[in-house]
Parts: sequence; C-alpha cells; structure tokens
Amino acid sequence: MTILEIISIVFILGGVFFFFTSTVGLIRMPDYYCRMQATGKGDTLGAFLCLTGLAIYNLDSGLSLTTILVSIKIMFIGIFIFIANPTATYAITKAGFDCGVKPWTKKKEVQQ
Amino acid sequence: MISFFLWIGMALGLLVLVCLYRAVQGPTVMDRIVSVSVIGTKTTVILLLIGFIYGRADMFIDISMGYAILNFIGTLAISKFFYSRRSIIPGSKHFKQGEASK
Repeated sequence: MTILEIISIVFILGGVFFFFTSTVGLIRMPDYYCRMQATGKGDTLGAFLCLTGLAIYNLDSGLSLTTILVSIKIMFIGIFIFIANPTATYAITKAGFDCGVKPWTKKKEVQQ
Repeated sequence: MISFFLWIGMALGLLVLVCLYRAVQGPTVMDRIVSVSVIGTKTTVILLLIGFIYGRADMFIDISMGYAILNFIGTLAISKFFYSRRSIIPGSKHFKQGEASK
C-alpha cells in the first residue's frame, strides 16, 4: 500500500464521517431550518473530502495525461459542489422563510 | 483497494436509505426537498465509486458531473416555484382556483 493510497483512505473516511453527521442531523433535528443547517454544511464538506480522496487515488496509477485530466475533472466536480450546494441551501431556505414556515422554539414545544 | 471502495459504497447506500425515511415521512414539503437534495449529493459520490470499482472512471465522471448539475438545477427550480407561490400548503388561498382546475 503506497503513501497516496493511505492519504486517499484518510480523506474518504473523513468524508464518510461528515456524510454520517449530516444524515444524523437530517433525521434528529426538530425543525426544517435546523435540518438545513445540518445538511448544508456536512454534506458539502463530506462530498468535497470524498472527491479529493478519489482524485488523489486516481493519481496513484501513474502520472500521465489521462490520469491528470481525470483528477482535474473530479476536482472540478468537488469545486462545483462546494459552490452550488450552499447556493441551493440558501435558495431553498429563503423560499421556505418567505412561504411562512415558522422556526422551531423550545417555548412552543412546551406549550403543546 | 477495490473492496475498500465496495465497503464505502455500501455505507453510503445505507445512509441514502436513512435519508429516504425523511423524504417519505417528512412533515412538510420542504423537508422532502432537502432530503432529495442530500440523496443527490451522495449519489454523485457513489457514481464515482462505481466508476473506480469497474475501472472505467473516465466514463463515470461525466455521468457524475451531469447528476451534480441536474441536482443543483432541480433544487433551484423547486425553490423558485415555492418562492413565487408564497405557500407550501396544498390548496391554500394563495393558490389560484382557476389554475388548479386546468
């Protein structure tokens, strides 16, 4: 096992950890806005770490034009997700706020 | 290394199944949209893992890129629809009656 494979394994395991935390937030959080807060950050960082690990693993099979181009394309997907996912999170949260979805408060929970 | 990718793909598939609970059981429409967006992001990574398992990463990258772009566009389109509709409740007074019958 080469050094690049070990680095890529560490990156991919970190990405799966952040995917796991975002999924736990999506299931366990009480409100729509809290779920957006959990998934908007954890999912973005998890996808970026996983794609970085895969790009590093792809360079392991030898430096040629094909592998470098494939790694650049994988990193392009990662950067696109890094820009697009917070934008989508912002847009969907603003739509929900303008539609009149009430934020969750603890006081309201006690009254019910 | 291939078996490591298989295990990671299985773990992400389990997380997708857990997210599907929120998509089916979500109290409001917005929860379902968030859940589908999260599933799309996980699918992007799973497609790349499938490409590395089959040894055809250069082909699966384009599918993964298309999936990421379509996920982003779909979420923006749904949020634009709800932004102009001003209500997430089906059949509410903000929804025009004439358009519903067409």
